[in-house]
Amino acid sequence: MTRVGVVGIGHTVFGRRSDATVQELAFEAYREALADGDVDPSVIDASVIGSVPEYHKQRSLAGVIQEYLDLNPRPTWLTEVACASGSAAIRTAWLSIRAGVHDVVAVIGCQKMTELTTAEILALMGRVGDVQWESVFGTTFPGYYAMFAQRHKHEFGTTNDQLSLVAVKNHYYGARNDKALFRKEITVEKAQASDPVASPLNVYDCCANADGAVCLILAAEDRARDLSDRPVWLDGLGCATASMSVLRRPDLTGLPSAADAAQQAYDMAGVAAADIDVAGVHDCFTIAEIMAYEDLGFCAKGEGGAFIQDKASYIGGSSPVNVDGGLKAKGHPIGATGVSQAYEIVRQLRGDCGERQVPDADVGLTHNVGGIGQYCFVNLFRRD
Amino acid sequence: MFDWFGKVSYCPHTKVAGFARHLKDGRIMGSRCEACGEVAFPPRADCPACRHDAFAFVEMSGAGTVVTYTRIDAAPAGFEDVTPFTVGVIDLEETGRLLAWFGETIDEGDIRIGMPVQVVPRIFEDTEQIKVHYTLEQPGTGWVKTDSS
Repeated sequence: MTRVGVVGIGHTVFGRRSDATVQELAFEAYREALADGDVDPSVIDASVIGSVPEYHKQRSLAGVIQEYLDLNPRPTWLTEVACASGSAAIRTAWLSIRAGVHDVVAVIGCQKMTELTTAEILALMGRVGDVQWESVFGTTFPGYYAMFAQRHKHEFGTTNDQLSLVAVKNHYYGARNDKALFRKEITVEKAQASDPVASPLNVYDCCANADGAVCLILAAEDRARDLSDRPVWLDGLGCATASMSVLRRPDLTGLPSAADAAQQAYDMAGVAAADIDVAGVHDCFTIAEIMAYEDLGFCAKGEGGAFIQDKASYIGGSSPVNVDGGLKAKGHPIGATGVSQAYEIVRQLRGDCGERQVPDADVGLTHNVGGIGQYCFVNLFRRD
Repeated sequence: MFDWFGKVSYCPHTKVAGFARHLKDGRIMGSRCEACGEVAFPPRADCPACRHDAFAFVEMSGAGTVVTYTRIDAAPAGFEDVTPFTVGVIDLEETGRLLAWFGETIDEGDIRIGMPVQVVPRIFEDTEQIKVHYTLEQPGTGWVKTDSS
């Protein structure tokens, strides 16, 4: 069966984009991806849009984007799995190419979140838990991850300092990424002095809502070699789920869907955790990155706190993670995030990341979580 | 009737709506499958073990232990007037888990993972409509049970 390659990539600046509609954001990313790959729009067979519809006033987003990209009457569809919607778009594009239905597919992850207030977003996101038995008590998205953090601290002795060190790392790299929302370094002291959100998490443990769009153009192997002189191959995919309700998760120190998805992706690509040269993981909260180190097998269960303390996830460490700033510093336009992670990994494997470049990166991975691990997608990329 | 349950209700219609009336009467109910006897909390109409669709409510003791907790300072819409509040997840003595606010018999600073608690049915006093919930309290905390059915 054909391999699937990435032949073009584009990425808007993430942040408060009061200057643009969501389809205008999508176009920015699309235009950049076409130019990056020197791809003519006529070769694109279909588009897949990753986004979460509730944030937009415009209903049925795929249609308005397809029109604005001038891709009618070619097919389009939307994928939605909360914050993993972008990776679901990549997965369905990959599937449609592998099935032989399409040869070249544009994947666009996009979200415009700042039309809503923070309280509205907290209420919306809290409802990613079980609305019948949990949201009635005012649960929030940070509240759920906070409960994972409490449990992780209790079982493994993880500290608030270690949580803050994740934010310090991701701001360090975000300061060096011109697409990022936050481009300033921070200190542990500054992180810990920020306002409480849900104990033990405070403002600097949480990523920020943002607007943005990212585009990847995927192609079947023969077309990919025609369209690009340095395609990056999507060689491993994993996807798994876990219960919607936190009440039905026996283990509250990790995300079982992430461990399952990672194993699938490793098996498909024939690699192991130790082979991953660079990773983008879903650090919606600092504890989420610590759990990701463990779920992906970068360190043993319970050792995620020590892993960041030892700087093992910095460039030069055993597993560089989120060297683009992660969700924490880039911002988290939820539908765009999974595609943004892939964008960074493609650039790393091409060797285009300048001072943030991981030397000799051959294999990279994205770990994109929907909700509190109800969904997890792990995608594994490799260069020739 | 299920819109009685919780400060803000997102889910008024369910096959286990009777849960809210029992809670108003001071009873915390799980479900027991009438075919295989599987007990579940939260209650569910459709048995996860054998997929049978007939169930009976079964009263839970409400005794449990804290699995995890968090104090929420940044409130979602609809909860601003009770913020900050502390929620906990507890393992119930019989089976299942429950999420609720900590009540006034437990100081926030005394909350520990693994500590025993008692789930106590509560009625919101300051609303015209019937609104019920439950809180996590010190073991031994009492409450009144009634029987309206």
